[in-house]
Amino acid sequence: MISTASESLQENKPHFVEESLYEVHLKVHPRAVSGIFATWRWALVWFTQLVFYGLCWLPWNGRQAVLFDLVERKFFIFGLVFWPQDVIFLSVLLIISAYSLFLFTAVGGRLWCGYACPQTVYTEIFTWIEQKIEGERNARIKLDAAPMSAHKLWVRSAKHGAWALLALWTGFTFVGYFSPIKTLWASVWNFSLGPWETFWMFFYGSLTYLFAGHMREQVCKHMCPYARFQGVMFDPDTLTITYDTERGEPRGPRRKGPEPRSIGKGDCVDCYICVQVCPTGIDIRNGLQYECIGCAACIDACDQVMEKMDYPKGLIRYSTEHAIEARWGWKEILCHIVRPRVVIYSAILGAIVVAFVWGIATKASLRVDVIRDRGTLAREVEGGLIENVYRLHVINVSETPHRYAISVTGLPGMDLIGERILEVPAAADRTVTVQVRVPPESGKKGSNQIFFDVKSFADERVAVHEKASFLQP
Amino acid sequence: MSDFVSGFWNIYVAGIALVSVIGCGVFLWLQGTATHTAGQTTGHVWDETLEEYSNPLPNWWRWMFYITIVFSLFYLAMYPGLGTFQGKWNWSSTGQYGGEMTKADEQYGPIFKKFQSQDIQAVAANKDAREMGQRLFLTYCAQCHGSDAKGGKGYPNLTDGDWLFGGTAGQIKESITKGRDAMMPAKGLKPDLTGEQIKDLAAYVRSLSGLAADSIRAQRGKELFVPSCGACHGPEGKGTLALAPNLTDNVWLYGSSEAEIINGITHGRTNRMPAWGEFLGEGKTHLLTAYVYGLGGGVKDAPAAAPATPAEAAPVAPVEAAPAEKK
Repeated sequence: MISTASESLQENKPHFVEESLYEVHLKVHPRAVSGIFATWRWALVWFTQLVFYGLCWLPWNGRQAVLFDLVERKFFIFGLVFWPQDVIFLSVLLIISAYSLFLFTAVGGRLWCGYACPQTVYTEIFTWIEQKIEGERNARIKLDAAPMSAHKLWVRSAKHGAWALLALWTGFTFVGYFSPIKTLWASVWNFSLGPWETFWMFFYGSLTYLFAGHMREQVCKHMCPYARFQGVMFDPDTLTITYDTERGEPRGPRRKGPEPRSIGKGDCVDCYICVQVCPTGIDIRNGLQYECIGCAACIDACDQVMEKMDYPKGLIRYSTEHAIEARWGWKEILCHIVRPRVVIYSAILGAIVVAFVWGIATKASLRVDVIRDRGTLAREVEGGLIENVYRLHVINVSETPHRYAISVTGLPGMDLIGERILEVPAAADRTVTVQVRVPPESGKKGSNQIFFDVKSFADERVAVHEKASFLQP
Repeated sequence: MSDFVSGFWNIYVAGIALVSVIGCGVFLWLQGTATHTAGQTTGHVWDETLEEYSNPLPNWWRWMFYITIVFSLFYLAMYPGLGTFQGKWNWSSTGQYGGEMTKADEQYGPIFKKFQSQDIQAVAANKDAREMGQRLFLTYCAQCHGSDAKGGKGYPNLTDGDWLFGGTAGQIKESITKGRDAMMPAKGLKPDLTGEQIKDLAAYVRSLSGLAADSIRAQRGKELFVPSCGACHGPEGKGTLALAPNLTDNVWLYGSSEAEIINGITHGRTNRMPAWGEFLGEGKTHLLTAYVYGLGGGVKDAPAAAPATPAEAAPVAPVEAAPAEKK
């Protein structure tokens, strides 16, 4: 990919020009586009945003269905309650995300960037608002150049107002995942938001406004690390958005009708629409570039032009380096999807997903930590019995209260002193101190393995068999 | 900076910091008109083919550098950073710690204050106070006395009504605040005790609390007991408050086996409870006293004391006013 990019750069900048070290940012005004990939992009905008804006309002079991309660250190996701001890699931989720990114990128290029990344999705929404208020690409360029007037002021205020509202709502929704959203909504109206709620709402809101309204492709080009490292997942069989140079060149305008080759031209009519629709403002005909986020807007745009010209579609299309070189069709491209890199990514991803699902499905609803008193190793009590002290930290991870029976096994003549029945409310924890006594002749000198059994009265499957050690002096 | 004797270093460090920040700003400003040749490489090559192209820097990126410089100057003006200059806000880590402590005292002080004005029996009967007391106990006391306050070898049981230094509210508080020292000299008052005599004494001491012992040895030990041990443990071995434990009950601080008793007599015992008063402060000490008092062994002060015995104290009938002690 690196060689492709450098070749294209050299091809298109044959004259070295001395220019300012600082690039003045020219706003990219992408032209609206429709077509199959635009539909896909919008479908993903709808899907991701319905989930993001909607999920936090869903009730479940008398609480918010998805709530990350940082103060109580509990994450609620529908029927599941995650405690800090469950951080492994978060790690596994991140590993899954990473491997998915590797796999999708190896197969289909920057699919994440083009369709699902929040930066793309919000830029799409903000551009849509801009287009509805200020008009199409040409109108926007004209408005930018026009001097300030009452009309311009009104249109601009309307746009920024709409952006700000959406951005604030985004900030509010974001905070609503950490602080119950219904209470949060009430606090907005009686001005009783906490300082951190206010800060994060405005922080997240401002960044949304700044990134989706103003920074846009600058984020992808200059700030995003993923944009850069996805290049290493590319290989000559990776599907990327490609301009078919051999078919397109020599480009040039022409009348509709004659066969292009008969007038010494390629299929490209040089209409510049592919450049106009590009959200990062590049010309895909220069080859694969690091700025290309793989959104496929140019494919939709070019296909429409090809259709009007009665040429076959796909002058710009998803293709691979090898396919372009060897003039492969779809069948060969698909055959080359299965290659060691893809197989290894898929195998690892599959294994981790299975482990994750299995882990969630069998997640224990009771946890017991046995903490042996370290200060007092062992002590002698009435009758010469030897006693060890333990603190049992019993965590009821489920959302129903439970009564548990505590017992101990492992040494002859063993007896448990202290609470044997423990009630723990829903999603709460209790700590009890218990003593274990054994006759002095029981077990060996030093550490002996024993087991605490904590069992629910209501459901015998809810049980923990926890190892501990008993010290005989 | 207090490590330096000469004021020169202070100026030196402050100078370097300021010159660097301002120098960066001047450099950035001078670079405003810099040019580069687009499309050329910088001449750097890595890993055989990886080249770096000369690409322009986004203009907004340059503004971020200026913002950084403004921020540094603001920071250096407000916070310590320029030599010994403390900054306009006079911030220091100890100052921040002090501030947080004051804030915490303001928040939690009233809770402790509320209980501080009540007497120990009343606090010991209060559920909230007991829970607070337990948390404090688990933090500060459980390392030695155990999570259940029942002690261990060398660390007294605080729940059994048997007290080495007294179990009234005042005595418990004094133990916590000032700590306690205990020392039993090796071989008591008779440094010339022989090994056999010590065995005899051990047998006698075991027999005092009804443990199995060689009766002939115990008989011989009895004669040795008063001159060697009686001064502290009393002629009958019932002990003296705050001086020597009662040897006739079933409570054994170091264990009741013959070997342990012989060990104790031969080498003596030294033990200490550290003083916590200064570290914990009055509020926490008061709650801890009430918690320990309420564990079951609390002893009412005098007949005149209010009958506010805590619930837990009831089963273990508070012992007579002069409490029994512990070995």
